Amino acid sequence: MAKPRTVVMVPVDADTVAIGARDVKNRFAEEIGRRGLASEISVLEVGSFGPVDAGVIAAVQPDGVVYGGLTPDRVDRIVEEHFVKGRACREWLLSGEHPLPDPRATDSRHTQYAGRIVLDNCGRINPENIDEYIANDGYFALGKALSDMTPAAVVEDVKKSGLRGRGGAGFPTGLKWGFCASETGPEKYVVCNADEGEPGTFKDRLIMEGDPHKVLEGMALCGYAIGASKGYIYIRGEYKLSIERLRQAIAAARAYGLLGNNILDSGFTFDIDIKIGAGAYVCGEETALIESMEGKRGLPRLKPPFPAQQGFRNKPTNVNNVETLANIPAIVQRGADWFRGVGAANMPGTKVYTILGHVRRPGLIEVPGGVTLRDIIDDYAGGMKHGNFKMAQLGGTAGDLLGEEMLDVPLNYDALEKVGHVLGSGAILIMNETIGVCDFLHACMRFFAHESCGNCNPCRNGLRWLSAITARLKAGTGYPGDIEIMEEIATVLKTAAFCPLGQSPAGPITSALRYFKPEIEKGIDHSSARPKPDHTARALATFAG
Amino acid sequence: MATKKCCNGDGEREHYAALDEFIASCSKGRDALIPVLHRAQNIFGYLPVPVQQHVAAAMGLPVSEVYGVVSFYHYFTMQPRGRHTINVCLGTACYVRGAKKVVEALCDELKIRMGETTPDRRFSLMTQRCFGACGLAPVLMIDDDVHGRVTPRKIAAILARYE
Repeated sequence: MAKPRTVVMVPVDADTVAIGARDVKNRFAEEIGRRGLASEISVLEVGSFGPVDAGVIAAVQPDGVVYGGLTPDRVDRIVEEHFVKGRACREWLLSGEHPLPDPRATDSRHTQYAGRIVLDNCGRINPENIDEYIANDGYFALGKALSDMTPAAVVEDVKKSGLRGRGGAGFPTGLKWGFCASETGPEKYVVCNADEGEPGTFKDRLIMEGDPHKVLEGMALCGYAIGASKGYIYIRGEYKLSIERLRQAIAAARAYGLLGNNILDSGFTFDIDIKIGAGAYVCGEETALIESMEGKRGLPRLKPPFPAQQGFRNKPTNVNNVETLANIPAIVQRGADWFRGVGAANMPGTKVYTILGHVRRPGLIEVPGGVTLRDIIDDYAGGMKHGNFKMAQLGGTAGDLLGEEMLDVPLNYDALEKVGHVLGSGAILIMNETIGVCDFLHACMRFFAHESCGNCNPCRNGLRWLSAITARLKAGTGYPGDIEIMEEIATVLKTAAFCPLGQSPAGPITSALRYFKPEIEKGIDHSSARPKPDHTARALATFAG
Repeated sequence: MATKKCCNGDGEREHYAALDEFIASCSKGRDALIPVLHRAQNIFGYLPVPVQQHVAAAMGLPVSEVYGVVSFYHYFTMQPRGRHTINVCLGTACYVRGAKKVVEALCDELKIRMGETTPDRRFSLMTQRCFGACGLAPVLMIDDDVHGRVTPRKIAAILARYE
C-alpha cells in the first residue's frame, strides 16, 4: 500500500468519544474525500497521545500541527485552510509543544516519541487493527520467547530488568513471577489488574484503549514464564471502550493463532477472558480482586498464603497491573540490559503518569524513572496554569501530599522512601493556593470512609472519624486536640488496618500535617464557651453520612 | 444502566426466562454470580429480593450470599431507579474543579437529595468514585453518556435531553 503524504490522527478514547471524537474523525474523512484528497491524506483513529484537557483533538503529520477543541462543523474550515490552502488554521491550534507520534516513521525510537516504552504505540497506531501492532514489532517478543527462551529465562530477564509493579506498591515484578513459577501443579492463572480505581488515575485505561495488544502480549509472556495457560483481565465496568477494544483484540489475536491452543506451533497454550467488576474500590487490592473474580464480596484475604501460592480458585496466581504487563514485551524483546539503560539506576524503565490540576497541559505522560516533580510540571505539563504551586498529591487519593520543598526529589521508589513518601499509582494532582488543605483532606477522607469495606475496625471507624474531623476543621469549627486525634488515628490505621485501603489514608493525613500544619491549625476554634464535641456513634453517623 | 423497569405479569415471566437462559449459558459454579447479577439488573432495572431469591435458587447458592454480594458492590441496587440515572463523579480531580457545586445545583434543580429518585421517576441521583475521565472534570454520567466540564449553569440544558 502506498504511504499517504499526510495523516490526520484523531485520538479516540473514552473521554473524547464522549465529546464527539468519532464524529470529528468521520467529518475529516468526508471533507477530505469531497475534495478528492483521500489518496494523499489518510484519517486515522488512534489512542490518546497525551493531552486530556483540550477537547477533541486532531494531529496532522508530518506537519507537526495539533488542533484542539474540535467539533464536526469546524472541520470543514480546517480542511480548507490546512490541506487546500496549505496553511495551519490558527483559530484552533493547540498551543505548546506536544510530543507527537508519526505513524509514517517505521521506528518510533527516532521520533519525538523516543523514550516511550509503554506508550510508544499509543496515539500512533489504530488500536483496533492487530496488523498495525504486529507491524510495530508486536508479538515479536512472544515469538522470541516461545522459540528461543525457556520460561526460566523469561523470569530471569524480568528479574534482571529491575521492573517493579506499577500499580502502586512497587513490588519487584520478576520476584513475584519467580514465586509463582516455582509452584508446581498444572493449574495456574495470570490476572491483569485493570480495576483502576484510584481517583485521578486513568493511565491504565489509556494504555488499554491505545494499545490493547501490548497488554495481551505481556500477559501471554507472563503465562509462558510462570506456566499458566489461562489469563483474566479484571476490569471496571465503567471502562466501556477499554472492554470493547480488549474484546476485539482478544478475538483478533485468537484468529491469528497468537492466543489459544499451541501458539506459533510451540506447544504453549494460553487464552484470555475478561471479568467485569461491579464497582468497589477495595477490589484493586489483589486478594480482594481475586475474591471478586470468584463471585464473592470483595473482601481482602489474610496473607500469607500469597496469591502466588493460593490465588484464584486457590491455585497459584500472578496478579500484575496493566502498565507493568505492558512493559514486558519490550523487556523480553530488547533485553534486561537495555531496559536498565533507561531511567535511573534505582528505577529502571519509565513511569506513566496522569498529571492533572492547575497545570497548563494536563494529560498522560511517560517519563524516565527518577525525574523530579519540578521537571514534570515544567517540562511535561507546561508549567502552572493559574497561580503558584501550593501542593501536589502523588499517587491518587491514597497518595501523600507534597509541599514545595519536595519539588526536587527524584520520583523513584527509593528516593521517595528516604524522605518518607511513596510513589503510588501514577496520578499527580497539582494544586495552587486556591485549594484549602482541610477542604482537600476532607474530600479524600470522605471517599475512603465511603469505600471502606467495613471488615476491620480501624478502617471502618477510623476513616469515619477522619472524615468528621476534617469536615469541622474545614468549617473552622475544629476542637483543640483534633490534630492530635488525627495523628493517632493515622498511626492506628497504618499499623492495624487489615489491607492497603485502610493503611494508605494515613499518607495524606501525616504528609498534610508535615507540610501544612499551620494552615490546618487555623481550622481550630479556641473559644472556650463551645459545647464539648459529641463523640457518640450517632453523631459520627451524621458526620460521615 | 437501569433504564428498564420491573413490571408485573407476562413481562416479568419473560424477564425471568431471559435470566434463566443467561444463567444456563454461564459456566457452573459461583464464579458466574457477578456476571449473572449484572445481567439480572440489566433485565429488571434493579435487584429486588425476589430476583435475588431466583438467582440463588437457579445457581444453588444461599440467598444470604447473593444478598451479600448485591449489597457490597456499588453498581448493584435494590431500589427501583428512575428512567435515567445520574452519576456524579466525586473523585479528587472533579472535586477540585467544582463537583460539589454541580451536586448542589442538581439537588436544587431536581428537588431531591443525593441517592434519591424524583417522584416522577425520571431521574435518580447518585455519586460515584472516579470514572477516570479526569480530563473532562467535573464529570457526570447520565445512563451511558459522559458529560464533561459541567457547570451549574449547564445543568438544566443537559437534563432537558433526557425524558
